[in-house]
Amino acid sequence: MNEPAVSMRDISKTFGTVVANDKVWLDIYRGEVLALLGENGSGKTTLMNMLSGIYYPDSGQITVDGREVSIRSPKDAFDLGIGMIHQHFKLVDVLTAAENIILGLPGKGRLDMKAVAAKIRSICDLYGFDIDPNQKIYDMSVSQKQTVEIVKVLYRGADILILDEPTAVLTPQETDKLFNVLRNMRNDNKAVVIITHKLHEVEEISDRVAVLRHGAFVGDMLTKDTTPSEMTNMMVGHPVSLNIVRPEPENPRPRLTVEGLTVRDADGIVRLDHVSFTANSGEILGIAGVSGSGQKELLEAIAGLQHVESGSITYLDDQKGPESLIGKNPLEISRMGVTLSFVPEDRLGMGLVGAMDLTDNMLLRSFRKGRSLFADRKTPHRLAERVVHDLDVNTPSIDTQVRKLSGGNVQKVLVGREISSAPTVLMTAYAVRGLDINSSYTIYDLITKQKQQGVAVIYVGEDLDVLVELCDRILVLCGGRVSGIVDGRNTSKREVGLMMTKLGGEAGK
Amino acid sequence: MTQLLQAAIIFGTVILFGAIGEIITEKSGNLNLGVPGIMYLGGIAGLVGTFFYESSCAEPNVFLCVVIALVCSITASVLGGLIYSFLTITLRANQNVTGLTLTIFGSGVANFFGGSLNKLAGGVGQISVSATSSGFCKTLPFLRNVSVFSSLGFMVYLAVALAICATLFLTKTRRGLNLRAVGENPATADAAGINVTRYKYLATCIGAAISGLGGLYYTMDYIKGTWANDGSIESLGWLAVALVIFARWKPVHAIWGSYLFGILFWVYLYIPGLSRSSMELFKALPYVVTFIVLIAVSIHKHRESNGPAALGLSYFREDR
Repeated sequence: MNEPAVSMRDISKTFGTVVANDKVWLDIYRGEVLALLGENGSGKTTLMNMLSGIYYPDSGQITVDGREVSIRSPKDAFDLGIGMIHQHFKLVDVLTAAENIILGLPGKGRLDMKAVAAKIRSICDLYGFDIDPNQKIYDMSVSQKQTVEIVKVLYRGADILILDEPTAVLTPQETDKLFNVLRNMRNDNKAVVIITHKLHEVEEISDRVAVLRHGAFVGDMLTKDTTPSEMTNMMVGHPVSLNIVRPEPENPRPRLTVEGLTVRDADGIVRLDHVSFTANSGEILGIAGVSGSGQKELLEAIAGLQHVESGSITYLDDQKGPESLIGKNPLEISRMGVTLSFVPEDRLGMGLVGAMDLTDNMLLRSFRKGRSLFADRKTPHRLAERVVHDLDVNTPSIDTQVRKLSGGNVQKVLVGREISSAPTVLMTAYAVRGLDINSSYTIYDLITKQKQQGVAVIYVGEDLDVLVELCDRILVLCGGRVSGIVDGRNTSKREVGLMMTKLGGEAGK
Repeated sequence: MTQLLQAAIIFGTVILFGAIGEIITEKSGNLNLGVPGIMYLGGIAGLVGTFFYESSCAEPNVFLCVVIALVCSITASVLGGLIYSFLTITLRANQNVTGLTLTIFGSGVANFFGGSLNKLAGGVGQISVSATSSGFCKTLPFLRNVSVFSSLGFMVYLAVALAICATLFLTKTRRGLNLRAVGENPATADAAGINVTRYKYLATCIGAAISGLGGLYYTMDYIKGTWANDGSIESLGWLAVALVIFARWKPVHAIWGSYLFGILFWVYLYIPGLSRSSMELFKALPYVVTFIVLIAVSIHKHRESNGPAALGLSYFREDR
């Protein structure tokens, strides 16, 4: 095999007492797509951040093209031809694509935006991108922003590209487009590193896989010589079953009906347009859609957090009969057993208070209970201990501030708390956003258990592979309207993906 | 009318300097509430420098007077900006607290030296640097007979030129683009290879130098080379901060905005039959207009007319 473009040897990095990387070895070759696999907190991003100059290693050496280098800042990385596309885009919203692309570059003091735009177009033509250099970032979709990030790195002449979970926010069609571009780059003899935890993507795009576990390098192999179960075992350290069990719904009965629901946001833009569906007990209703298609508004309207313009939301109690949820406040609705656990992009935005410890966050749900002047802290404390134990939350103690936990653990605390309140309707949005395989499957298990106990689960998800495996029925939203409701057992990722982008799927062509 | 316009332009120039400096500072993400303090520093330093020069020789050279005033003023203002930068950028202290402290510090220092100078000069209100002041009050020869411009010193035009240059810098140059990025999203700027710390330091210090010129213009032209221990520079400094918001962080808009503030401030003189208390109400008009602009902009939610997104936040690369 040819010489590696980048070699990392014995790289270690610690943050305080946390060891993020422990003597990691890694080789990156040109003309190859390397997938860097690992669970949350296994140190993949930290390792790559040391290549892109965001962090500086505590010890170890990095060689680029056989020369030992010291990468002290992002600028050093660019000079070596290393460019990284971060998971959270590093773009300035109020600037145009072109302005973002040339940001920080040396050159004549006076800007010549026309020349810049021309060079951007030539890069786009070469690799098959489609962006308008003069469009402002805040007007762009997630996938367009990602394209700008990639072009930005190429504009700087990078030939070693690192992409941190690039597909987390893309639809299947957008992912296909991205992968085509990556293949073009590989054929152009560039080195591409892609950080991911989706195994099917590893198999689809990569030539070689390297696995990290708890900050240490476990091994690497050619993608064609390995299997998903082998990769998972290496990531987790012990065998894991990768099947989602989907028991048939038992005795499903309508629990929640929504008729003609229309919601406008504060700017008067219609977010939901005559949405109708029924959620049954003992069933998981999946909700799919490109992000921002009205998922958030739908859940919030049911939970009483959104003003409803027209339509009805009815809760069907087995004993008491139907009752309308519109006009009730969120507290009354949650007392009826309808709970919402929403995991926003920043994870802490809704539901948990970052600066409070686990017990206090449990207390947020229960502080109104009891008649004493003082809040009961013992029950939440026990609940916190149970959630930590049952969901295997990795925390130094129950008294740790939630914001100090890693993302996956924060989500476990949130979902664990919502489930513990024994809901009759459980709504979760992006429950596994950014979680690694092992934690994700724990969450799927929890959700399926709730379903078996007769809870009506509404599951808003991003990963279509999971939606079609986990859900009994899938409601597809497209621009705030119901594109269709499909049977989870008789549909495909492709069908759902098409319905997400066009009302009614292929029929709309 | 001519009189009102003239008064408005002179008044406006003081806050225009303050506002241009503050816009450049804020574009780097530093909310420097020490503008009044820096204007104090700039004003008193120019006065102290020229006072000693004028009292040391019998016939002071007017040109040299102006140069000494400018050099002293800019040095003192930059020092003020450095104090602020060191505290907020290097030590990552809270920007609001640091800025307010700097205002108190600046006014204290200035009033202390102002008082001392008056003592040296022989009593309250005795200090005067007439040669320097005459230099600052020189009008442009070809505009001497044009009504509104007949008594405007060169710094009025300097302020306008600076505002235009600042706008060109921010919108048309590479460094200006980098600076805007630092104020909008320092992590992004950093990842793009921009030295965030250097941009923040430079923008804050250069901004302070320009703001300080407002104080110098006030002492040399507005009150003709004297000193008064009242709070007028401070209230002008706060108006400059309000003007930044009014101008939506665009220096060219600050030009007409400052003159509008001037008109609003002086208009009470031209309304007959006002009592003393209602005069004070009229002097608050610039603030009322700023409020209205703030409300209008919040309703429209136009992204470009908001302040820099990272304004008031300190930046640390390895923050997790």
